[in-house]
Amino acid sequence: MTRVPVRKTYKLYVGGAFPRSESGRTYEAEGHNIARGSRKDLRDAVRAARGAAAKWAGMTAYNRGQVLYRVAEMMEARTAELAELCEGREEVERAIDRVVWYAGWTDKLSQVLGGSNPVAGPYFNFTVPEPTGVVGIVAPAEPALLGLISRLAPVLAGGNVAVVIASEAHPRAAVELAEVLETSDVPAGVVNILTGLRDELAPHLAAHLDVDALDLDRGDAELERAAADNVKRVVFGRPDGQSPYDISKFVELKTVWHPTGR
Amino acid sequence: MTEELAFRGFEYAAAPESRAIVSLEDAYGHYVGGRWLEPSETYTTISPASEEPLAAVGQASAADVDAAVAAARSAFDSEWSALRPAERAKYLFRIARLLQERAREFAVLESLDGGKPIKESRDVDLPLAAAHFFYYAGWADKLEYAFPNRRPRPRGVAGQIIPWNFPLLMLAWKIAPALAAGNTVVLKPAETTPLTALLFCDVLRQAELPPGVVNIVTGDGRTGAALVEHDGVDKFAFTGSTEVGKAIQRELAGKGKGLTLELGGKAANIVFDDAPLDQAVEGIVNGIYFNQGHVCCAGSRLLVQESIEQPLVEKLKRRLSTLRVGDPLDKNTDVGAINSAAQLQKIEELVAAGEQEGAEIYQPPCRLPERGYWFVPTVFTGVAQSHRIAQEEIFGPVLSVLTFRTPEEAVEKANNTAYGLSAGIWTEKGSRILWMAQRMRAGVVWANTFNRFDPTSPFGGYKESGFGREGGLHGLEPYLRFDEDGGA
Repeated sequence: MTRVPVRKTYKLYVGGAFPRSESGRTYEAEGHNIARGSRKDLRDAVRAARGAAAKWAGMTAYNRGQVLYRVAEMMEARTAELAELCEGREEVERAIDRVVWYAGWTDKLSQVLGGSNPVAGPYFNFTVPEPTGVVGIVAPAEPALLGLISRLAPVLAGGNVAVVIASEAHPRAAVELAEVLETSDVPAGVVNILTGLRDELAPHLAAHLDVDALDLDRGDAELERAAADNVKRVVFGRPDGQSPYDISKFVELKTVWHPTGR
Repeated sequence: MTEELAFRGFEYAAAPESRAIVSLEDAYGHYVGGRWLEPSETYTTISPASEEPLAAVGQASAADVDAAVAAARSAFDSEWSALRPAERAKYLFRIARLLQERAREFAVLESLDGGKPIKESRDVDLPLAAAHFFYYAGWADKLEYAFPNRRPRPRGVAGQIIPWNFPLLMLAWKIAPALAAGNTVVLKPAETTPLTALLFCDVLRQAELPPGVVNIVTGDGRTGAALVEHDGVDKFAFTGSTEVGKAIQRELAGKGKGLTLELGGKAANIVFDDAPLDQAVEGIVNGIYFNQGHVCCAGSRLLVQESIEQPLVEKLKRRLSTLRVGDPLDKNTDVGAINSAAQLQKIEELVAAGEQEGAEIYQPPCRLPERGYWFVPTVFTGVAQSHRIAQEEIFGPVLSVLTFRTPEEAVEKANNTAYGLSAGIWTEKGSRILWMAQRMRAGVVWANTFNRFDPTSPFGGYKESGFGREGGLHGLEPYLRFDEDGGA
């Protein structure tokens, strides 16, 4: 007797849970029904992200690095599954290596981006990078997995939380990654992934007043204009690249002064 | 107390700085391509302390802006980008030295045109402006060390719009890093304070800076809009109100240009019960009455721990009565003139709102000059977080006092604003300073001090106070493009 396989229901990832879209809608992509997130889902995701921001930012950089490394471990364990959902094994391996690379950046960033400043006066003055906060990511259409990792990893390494709109055409890698994150000690709400139609969701993400920065898949005048309503930092992320300066686009620099004296 | 001092006749004799060091032209054009361009339209810039007309200056049209951008482009392509960085540095060093040599002249003109006390333009604006040029001069031939593995190169033509509160200093903050990074510049000073920028053109002449490397066009918001909309500008930098900053960000949407914004603020100055009160009072006064409160990072919200509210406010009121308000050119003046009639009106409107919403107003007895724009240093107590004077940037000598009980409450209230430019912390407890500093959502945190600035120290905001930093190595970055940005 042949066994009938149990199929997966592709759902959203919000606040550490896997809900269907509150709208009850799906759309078809890669031969499967995928949850079609709504504006309400997006707002829920932003709320979950904001709720998780202080915890993630408040963890030590060492600890955040270990969590990101754990993500790479979990991805490695799912190499075969992930390879099915992107261009193949090589893309998965590059994505994993990229996560490891960023995991190593968490506790080095402030020495590269910050430092002490020799002001001309009796003060001690230093500059440190801090997370910008809630980052909205419109993931590149492809590569399905590496593109998402290339955008998400620097945001997380900088101590930010994320609301991601997954690739509309290739959403299953994002859903698989959500399952990886859920089993990787990433606190609930730090990463929230919505599947659905880019052009339906992205304007709401760009206009949301509790989103601090926007990482866009391409130049988009409408989204950039909406981002100005609360002076969002707008970044155009590379679908395949890694740099500490990709992290630096999602940090704020804080400079602290204190007098010196006896 | 105040009456008693007045009775004893505790008055300072007038100590005016001489105006003779400044010789003004009757009319100024736009400085484009190293020459003066005849303006098609002019307006009069006045002294806000006397309403006396000072000079006619140009209202640059779109065509004037176009000529300035063309001159900047041509200078970038033909000469400036090909110049060895070490030579570029030497021009900047020259400018720094010239500003030092002519500091008194610039300081007097700054106070004349803008209304700020001479002791501030003399001791703060001018030394810092010169220091900025000197600091960035040294970076010009060291960019590879500042940005290793990134192949830094200039962006091209930088468009810059600056505010009226620190006219020459803001010019220095903008022009020095732009030139050090190898860009050319079109800068528009604020409508009400164009004169030091125009005098700066004479420094450029003396420095023999190649024509077109710095171009200065004057005018109001229409000139600014023409510059923002100009296709030939590669990178834009703006310091001013959040409202205008948002409009610029919208205008540049989809154009792929670099943008940095240094916008408004509503900083909390937080005083704990263990703080040395007399020092804190000096910090509070410096925080909000420095430069008439025309400071984006001003400590406009005083958050005081409940147990010391009464003695602190008492001391503050007593200190207020000793502030000398009046002639900006008098060397004893602490608080000068409000920069413009429009700004005075805005301050008056918000102060009226504060009274209407139920906060308690205190203003020391104070004799104000009859002509000009003036506002008495003001303290509001009993302010609630929802009051307009606790939420909106007043940009004047008006302090709102709120209270808190625990450090957690102080953090909550300090961050309860759309702005995030600066914050102040007053306590003797080191661990609490660091704990508070970590939690302030603000780009600059002053602990047991306030309103300190330095060219090596990055300055800029979180949230709706803008993005990008000015000062330090970080201030160069927006004026450069890098390998990871792609393209040549």
